[in-house]
Amino acid sequence: MTPLQICLLISALLFAIGFAGAVTRRHAILALVGIELMLNAANLNFIAFWRYGAHPEALTGVLFVIFSIAIAAAEAAVGLALVIAIYRHYKTSNLDEVKELKG
Amino acid sequence: MSLPFLITAIVTLFAAAAAMSLRNLVHCALSFVVVFAGLAAMYLQLGAQFVGFAQILVYVGAVAILIVFAILLTRSGETPNQAVIAPGWFYGIAISAVVFTMLGWSVLNSKTLPKEIAAAPETSVKNIGDVLMNKYVLPLELIGLLLTAAMIGAVIIALKEPSKTDNAGRKS
Repeated sequence: MTPLQICLLISALLFAIGFAGAVTRRHAILALVGIELMLNAANLNFIAFWRYGAHPEALTGVLFVIFSIAIAAAEAAVGLALVIAIYRHYKTSNLDEVKELKG
Repeated sequence: MSLPFLITAIVTLFAAAAAMSLRNLVHCALSFVVVFAGLAAMYLQLGAQFVGFAQILVYVGAVAILIVFAILLTRSGETPNQAVIAPGWFYGIAISAVVFTMLGWSVLNSKTLPKEIAAAPETSVKNIGDVLMNKYVLPLELIGLLLTAAMIGAVIIALKEPSKTDNAGRKS
């Protein structure tokens, strides 16, 4: 296996773990954490392709990861604010108990 | 592939599995911090210094604190008594296993991946700043706008709900 393939396998496993967590856990915060793990797996892919791919001097992978980190931070802030708002309204943060859309 | 990189990767993956499977949410948040730190170490070993330090600043510094605050504000810090896994968890695990198998199979059998190992690219923060300020200046400004909008939106969403008035017009 080349180093690039090892990196890609690590990031695929990280993605699978994040996906399993986001789908199976009942707590809203942990679903968000799973989504963050999936985003980070994609970032690792970008860095691996930048390091081992063609034309690393163009810095495309690095810049994509920088923008992706900024967007993930914004997503985490809005998502956690939503979790707090839902907790205040329903008095629970268990995703299975939040069934109504109309408050 | 060097041994330290593999050790970092194994620690990161174990911490990720722990973050997704522990019962107490505070423990989950702590192992989440380990995942981020491990990923930052992997970025550093792959030669992307700026991204590694940005990862530490943003994730270990800000997002982890945000998650801990959210856990404490929703009073879910203690270990729950009921089940923490949703019903139908088997399908979720099975689908993620299928996803990993597909990704791993395609990575191992791909014909387009470069075979020879490229030399380590020479990058400095100066280069990144140059590109960020010249070629990618419009995306940079858009990200700034998006972050501002997201922060204002987060504050508005998390604001206290206005107290409802009942039929007699009294505040409840």
